[in-house]
Formats: sequence, C-alpha cells, structure tokens
Amino acid sequence: MDKEKVIEVRNLAASFGDTVVLSDVSFSAYKGEVTIILGSSGSGKSTLLKHILGLYETEKGEIRIFGEDALGLDEDQQLHMYMRMGVFYQNGALLNSMTVGENVALPLKQHTSLPDDLVDDIVNIKLGLVNLEYAINKFPSELSGGMLKRAALARAIALDPPILFFDEPGAGLDPISLESLDRLIIDLKEQLGMSIVMVTHEVPSILRIANRIIYLDKGSVVFEGTLKEALKCDVESVRQFFSLLDDVDKAKQA
Amino acid sequence: MKKKSVSSDIILKNGTKYRLDNQTLFLSGELMLPVVPEFIRKVLKRIKLQKSGDFVVNLDQLDNIDSAGVTSLFYVKRKLGDAGFRLRMEGGNETIVKKLELFKPEKFDELPPEAKIGFFELVGTGVYDFFTSYFYGFIQLAANIFYFAVADLFRKKVRRKGEFANQAVLIGVNAVLIVVFMSFVIGLVLALQSAQQLRNFGANIFIVDLVVIGMMSQMAPLITAILIAGRSGSSIAAEIATMKVTSELDALKTMGLEPIRFVVVPKLYASLLTMPFLIVLANVSGIAGGGVAAYFYLDITPEIFINRMGDVMRNKDLITAFVKSQVYASLIVLTGSFYGFRVVRGAEGVGISTTSAVVVGISLVIVADSILGLLFY
Ligand SMILES: Nc1ncnc2c1ncn2[C@@H]1O[C@H](COP(=O)(O)OP(=O)(O)O)[C@@H](O)[C@H]1O
Ligand SMILES: [Mg+2]
Repeated sequence: MDKEKVIEVRNLAASFGDTVVLSDVSFSAYKGEVTIILGSSGSGKSTLLKHILGLYETEKGEIRIFGEDALGLDEDQQLHMYMRMGVFYQNGALLNSMTVGENVALPLKQHTSLPDDLVDDIVNIKLGLVNLEYAINKFPSELSGGMLKRAALARAIALDPPILFFDEPGAGLDPISLESLDRLIIDLKEQLGMSIVMVTHEVPSILRIANRIIYLDKGSVVFEGTLKEALKCDVESVRQFFSLLDDVDKAKQA
Repeated sequence: MKKKSVSSDIILKNGTKYRLDNQTLFLSGELMLPVVPEFIRKVLKRIKLQKSGDFVVNLDQLDNIDSAGVTSLFYVKRKLGDAGFRLRMEGGNETIVKKLELFKPEKFDELPPEAKIGFFELVGTGVYDFFTSYFYGFIQLAANIFYFAVADLFRKKVRRKGEFANQAVLIGVNAVLIVVFMSFVIGLVLALQSAQQLRNFGANIFIVDLVVIGMMSQMAPLITAILIAGRSGSSIAAEIATMKVTSELDALKTMGLEPIRFVVVPKLYASLLTMPFLIVLANVSGIAGGGVAAYFYLDITPEIFINRMGDVMRNKDLITAFVKSQVYASLIVLTGSFYGFRVVRGAEGVGISTTSAVVVGISLVIVADSILGLLFY
C-alpha cells in the first residue's frame, strides 16, 4: 500500500479498574483521509481517542502517530506532537474564562513567538473559516451550541495541524448546521490536506465525509475498511448500523 | 360465619375481587400499579392462613397487567417461598404471558450478590485508601505543583499573561474587606472578654500584650487562612473540577498546555504573595479592634496602647506570621486543586469536590497551625 499511515494502533488494551473497555484494538488511519470510528454508546470510542491523544496512560499496545512511537515521548517531544494535532471536544471545551478570540489565540500565543497583531490576524482568518468573525469578543457562555462547535473547530485548527481529531461533533446539531460543519471538514481535508479521525453516529454525515470506517464492538475492531466496503459488509453490528438507510428507502416508498 | 366468606376471596378497595378457591387464586380484571401494594399485603396475609404448601395463581381471567403487577406476583412468590409455600402461575392470554416474560425479575437474579463489608474491613480499606490514593496523590500533586512553580519562576514565556495579576485580585484584593472586618471583630471580642479579669487584678495594661501577641502570633494568620480557605479554596476546587468535567483540562493538555502550570501555578503565586499582606492587614485591624475595647472598657488611651505595643511586639512573631502565611497559602491552593482534579464525572461531583476542598483545607490549616505553634513557641 502506498498510502502513508498517520496513525497506527496495534493491540491496544484499556480498562478502568476491573472493567475492560478495550481488549485488543488495531487499526490504521491514512494521510488525507477521513477515518470514522463507529460503535455503540459505551463501546469505548472516546476511551480509544483519549489513549491516542495521550490523555490516558497506555499499558498494553502500541500507538504510532506520524510514524513516531506516541507512547514513549518525553515532555518536549510530547509538546511537539500536540502542536501537530488539533482536537475537537464534544461540547467545545473552550476555556470559559476567555473570549472566543482569546481561546483561538491561546495555542498561538503559548507556543509561538509571533507578534501579537499577527496572532490577531490568524485568529480572524480562522474564525472567518468557520463564519464566526463576529463572535470574536464573546464569551463561550454567550454562544449557541452550533456556534460553540464552530469556535472549537477554529481553535483546533489554530496551528494548522496536519491531523484533526473529533469526538462526536454532530451531537446535538440540527441537520442543516451539521451539513455545514461537514462541508468545513471536507474543505479542511481537501484544501489543507488534513487527515481527520472522527467519532460520530450521524449516518448522513458519515456518508458525506467518510473515507474509512472502523467499527468497535465488545472491545475490539470488528470491521475496518472503506466506506463502500462498510456499506456492503455483512458483520452483523455494522449491517445493523447502516440499516437505517434501508429504513429511509422504505419510508420513501411507503 | 362472616370469617369464612372473607377468607375465600380477596377484595381490594376499588372493588376488584380475586377468588381464592381450593388453593387456587383466580386473578381477574386488572393488576396494575395502583392496586399492587394492597394486593401484595392482602394476598400474603390470606395465603399464610392456609395450611398446605402448594398454590396456583390462575391468570386466565386477567385482562391487563403492568410491570408492577408482574413483579408483585414474583415478589409474592419469593416471599411465600421463604415461608415454606410453593407458588405456581398458570394460564393467561397471550399478552399476559408476554408481559410475564418481559418483566420477569428473575432475569436479574443472577447478578452476584454484593459483598457485605464488615466494619473492620471498612475501616481498614478506608485507611488504606487514604494512604494510597489520597496521601500519595496529594504528595504527588504537591510535588508537581511546586516543581512547575519553581521552574516557571525563571521561564517567562510559559507564563500566562495577566493571569497572575488577575488571580492576585481574586484571591487577595477581593478578600481584604472580609479579612479586615473579621479580624477587627475578633480583636474586639478577645479584648472585651479578658477586660473584666484584667481589671480585677488591676492589670489593665496587659490587655495590650494579650491582644498584640494573641493577634500576631496566632489569631491573624489563622483567621486569614480560614477565610481564604473558604473563599479561594472552594473557588479553586470548583473551577478546576468544572474544567475537568467539561473536558477543558483535556483540551489544554492536547494544546500542549500543562493544566497545573496553566491553571494552578498562577493561583499559587498569587496566594503566596497576597497572603502575607492580608495577614498584616488582619493584624492591624485586629489590634485596632482590641484598642477600641481597651479604650472604652479599660481606659487605655491610644497613646498608651501604642507605646506599650512597641514594647510587646517581637520580631519573632513577624517571622512566624510570614512562615505561616506561606504554609497556609500552599495548603489552601493544594487542597483546592487536589479536590478539583479528583472530581468524578458529572456536575454534582463539582459540588462534592468544592465542599471537600473547604472542609479539608480548613482542617489542614488548623493542624498546620498547631504544629507550627509548637515549633515556634
Ligand atoms: N473515566 C472513566 N472511569 C471509569 N469508567 C469509564 C471512564 N470513562 C469511560 N468509562 C467507561 O468506559 C466505557 C467506554 O466509555 P466511552 O469510551 O466513553 O464510550 P463511548 O465514547 O464509545 O460511548 C463505558 O462503559 C464507560 O462507563
Ligand atoms: Mg464518547
């Protein structure tokens, strides 16, 4: 295969105390693709993401990001790694004590020695990308759910990271806002060449953006392949997940 | 005669009548939540009047049943089983049978029984948990916080601009009024309560010694610390806990910002710096309170008071107060952030963390106060 792997997870296991959440997870995500992690609620998708992000201690398994061993990084290497990834958290996770503009500027100010007015320019551009320029001086508590998500996206791409992670970006969004978020994600992928790893349940959005599907069930990966393969696949849980589409067809015919 | 007729039927208050005939209970109509408590009570009472151990509940005439009804049947069965009766269900139309299957509580009976924990085990695990998880975690957090606090003292770049000043205002400046007021009151009351005794001995002037030494070496640092533990310990815990619950801490980490460095260290700096000033203010105001009492009750003029104060003041007390201020400030920030970081998911966790931070913070301050009191005696 000539595609470049941006993420490679091998035999990852994870548990909280005695509860095993992931028993044996292996998959890869490729450069310039949107990789979707699926699985029912509580199947450990967020946990998997947090292990990849280095937020949990990983005891068993191997995680490589950009070909580097992500588990044995020292402080400086970890920082360098974090500067190359953007993370979008479910409810935004913007710092409530700062304005939207300050939130987006935060990584720029902390990790670069750019002059302040240049930082301001970048912040304006990023907020412009998500159509949120007008909210630059608002506090997160003053934003609606959809605006929060867009602001969080602007912050995630502040440093132009080559890889972006999303945990359920669509949760609680109306279909129209979801579609515009998806368009943004496609733009990021196509125009900026970003690789994207996303946890989501939104079938319409998966059909629009996914290149690759990973399906988690009972602590391991039961399906890994392209979107097309996933739609044709006969693994029971995956089939069930996409059977929603048949329902739509049925409803149309009825 | 009357007794006989009652014993054959079970009649509920709403008029439903269940016939009990030859060890068989014929249910009819509905068995739904509103009648369930009465049903259970009456059935148990009635059946226990019988001698022989085999019973049948016939469901043929039953029109409707809900989850409470089904569970009540199994409940009755279990209760009677305990008393040596056997109960069996029979009949019932399709829906009834389906519901019996659906709501059958025995599905859940296979759950392993929760281990009963004895008193000694409880105490033992409690102490063990305290030392492994709390004590060790606390020390570890302390080590991290002080590591970053010292390291960042010389690294200007990693510091968050304006945050130190911001925290100094929140923790220090905003507390001035309450600290001044409370110490004034305490100084006043301290003097008032001793005034009578001192006058009896004609030792009026010693009120100055009492107030000055009492305030400087003990009361002022302690009052200040307790107030700050209540004000800032809680807000530190609440802030960090909220940030954790809303994944803001995760977000900081994945932006390459260490939460301790970013959130806790500015607060530590701010409290280490402002606490000594607050204690000085508490001293001034507490002694002033004592002075007022001395003037009105013991006729000690401000001049005499101040003169005597010059003789009484010891440099040692200043040093003690400074050491205390630093210890208390560290303890308060540490406990606040410790409970903040420990929060378990959910909004109610934030409340629990906050309360614990205040209670434990104040307790630690008092413990430290007694230890330091002995050391600097
Ligand atoms: N911090 C935690 N402590 C204990 N258990 C957790 C924690 N986070 C998640 N879990 C458990 O791990 C399992 C997987 O959770 P999660 O990864 O959030 O699932 P998903 O994101 O797929 O819905 C769940 O059963 C959840 O209860
Ligand atoms: Mg999740």
